[in-house]
Amino acid sequence: MLLGMAANDPARVTLVVGDEELLADRAVGEVIAACRAADPGAEVHDLVGAKVEPGELTRLSSPSLFGGGAVVVIRSAQDLVKDVVTEVVSYAAHPAEDTVLVLAHAGGAKGKALADGVRKAGAHVVTVTKLTKPAERLAFIRTEMKRAGRSIGADAAAALLDAVGNDLRELAAACNQLAFDTPGKTIDEAAVARYHRGQAEVSGFTVADSAVEGRLGDALEQLRWALATGTAPVLLVSALAGGLRSLAKVGGAPRNLRGGQLASHLGMPPWKIDRTRKQLNGWGPEGIARALQAVAAADAQVKGGGADPAYALEHLIQTVVASRTGR
Amino acid sequence: MGVFDDLVGQERAVETLRRAAASAAETLSGGRGAGMTHAWLFTGPAGSGKEEAARAFAAALFCPDRGCGHCDMCHQVAVGSHPDLEVVRPQGLSYGIKDTRQLILRAAGAPTLGRWRVVLFEDADRATEGASNALLKAIEEPPPRTVWLLCSPSPDDMMITIRSRCRVVTLVTPPVAAVAHMLVTRENVPPETAEFAARAAQGQVDRARRLALDAEARGRREAVLSIPASLAGVAECVTAAERLVKTAEEEAAAVTTALNESEIAELRKVYGEGSSGKGLNRGLIRGGAGALKELEDRQKSRATRTKRDVIDTALLDLVTFYRDVLAVQFGAPVELANDDRRADLESLARSATPEETLRRIDAIMLCRERLAANVNPQMAVEAMTLSLRWPVS
Repeated sequence: MLLGMAANDPARVTLVVGDEELLADRAVGEVIAACRAADPGAEVHDLVGAKVEPGELTRLSSPSLFGGGAVVVIRSAQDLVKDVVTEVVSYAAHPAEDTVLVLAHAGGAKGKALADGVRKAGAHVVTVTKLTKPAERLAFIRTEMKRAGRSIGADAAAALLDAVGNDLRELAAACNQLAFDTPGKTIDEAAVARYHRGQAEVSGFTVADSAVEGRLGDALEQLRWALATGTAPVLLVSALAGGLRSLAKVGGAPRNLRGGQLASHLGMPPWKIDRTRKQLNGWGPEGIARALQAVAAADAQVKGGGADPAYALEHLIQTVVASRTGR
Repeated sequence: MGVFDDLVGQERAVETLRRAAASAAETLSGGRGAGMTHAWLFTGPAGSGKEEAARAFAAALFCPDRGCGHCDMCHQVAVGSHPDLEVVRPQGLSYGIKDTRQLILRAAGAPTLGRWRVVLFEDADRATEGASNALLKAIEEPPPRTVWLLCSPSPDDMMITIRSRCRVVTLVTPPVAAVAHMLVTRENVPPETAEFAARAAQGQVDRARRLALDAEARGRREAVLSIPASLAGVAECVTAAERLVKTAEEEAAAVTTALNESEIAELRKVYGEGSSGKGLNRGLIRGGAGALKELEDRQKSRATRTKRDVIDTALLDLVTFYRDVLAVQFGAPVELANDDRRADLESLARSATPEETLRRIDAIMLCRERLAANVNPQMAVEAMTLSLRWPVS
């Protein structure tokens, strides 16, 4: 067994840190696959952090009578009890010859002693953080396609992201499916459109923007989407209130203030003021007043004053759009 | 001299209570005691002194001299340490059935000092429907020495089944002169300030006291009353609403933060934080986290209520303002509550019709209703300020 270990074999101890489940699973899976490639008979022990007992790691990592290596995977390693943490850290400093240990840690403050200790002991560290920016998700789609031996255009990737939403597992599955179903090397927008359409995740702010800008049809459609995907009606009302409130403030701001001064006077960031200015087109003070009154009435309805929150919201959006004074 | 002297302008109610206290004493000495009952409902507008009246009555029941005001019993009631007086003051948004059941159990005990066991339930209108139903049996046939005193703004706030089981004591809005006199004689307030505070508070005794003694309260009232004249455009309405809600939040935070911290520290100590010794660890023992969470929920409910109460006080000040506008418009010979804002009152009275003024008062009342229905305060207040917009002349 020892002879079979080559330079590119997995590290004896690997620490996967981060809260993005899919990527963490993949990192763990890669180590297991590498071990299997090196030694097809390797035994895999998959453990959950909270259930590991003191001494268990020592037992699993001690040489077997029949030879052959072992892979010990500890998932949710942040839940390990104190005694086991000490055991794992001291093991990491002197790992056994033919055992590979993989620890998946969710990051964060819980079980920090373990993460730090293992890192200091010289473990191989893989970091998998949640992707928060759209650009990162687009990059994820591209690498995903590359893994499948395909490529994808920027427009197509953006359309796919819009349609599938932000969950990486779903994105990966969608990429896989597309790569499987589409002939040709490059996946273009038409191919994406064949399987995926529309927008998966609509926030209250999207609805509010559409309503304030007077796009009634869009606003109602997005409202249905938002409600169907589980956005709370209360959040939709407050998003609309926020939008209208900015209109009122920016519309009534003193004319002689500009840029930074105006921003600090209104307590709003400059980019938001610019956007609100554009939205103000078509609004008058009477209309804003009427719309804000409707918001308060709708909030009462949504909080139990009316029979159907969805109706109250639709009615509110219609009132808001109708309150725009022409043009 | 006596416990009933603190009740300003409530001669009729005091008369009833005195007679009841006398009958109660008669009952104790074996007589018939015809004027005494076991369940009372004190009603009256905010600030008329329902709780004070109920407390005075309790003292009169405990006191061997029927409320002398200086014996041990009266003193213990005044400082809230009398063992037979159970005061219930709902601090959250409502008073639930669980608490009520425990209360009923405590109320069933015999009096410790041998006279009466009194349960004083302030803000009884905050009891939920379930809680009120749980109370029914207890207030209909309490043990022979238990007396229930419930307080609510109006008899209609209580369920009819509760109301029909209680004897109602109606307190009236005390006249301005009586309140001012009380401020001068009791609190040593200069006559002009007393006069101003009594008028501005419109018969609410405790509000008058606060206005007379607390400069900050006067400042807040000024800020609220300057709102109507500042509502020139939509932007001003939104800003005024934002400011009003924010001030209320800050005030609620000032009241609750210090209290919250000491309560949490105490609870943590109860659950063994910082304790040392064999078998103890430094953290909370089992169940501590749950109890802490429950306490936090209760504190959050209390903060919401404080915030709502602060906004409500402001709204009531606004109502007095528009009521004065209406009085000026009709030329009614009544005393103006906000005489200090004469210029604003007259300018608004000229530029609007009485119908519009009434509509504005309605908007304020609608806002109060919405707040009670849990509408986001900022949205409710915004809608109100928009309805109050100063007419462009």
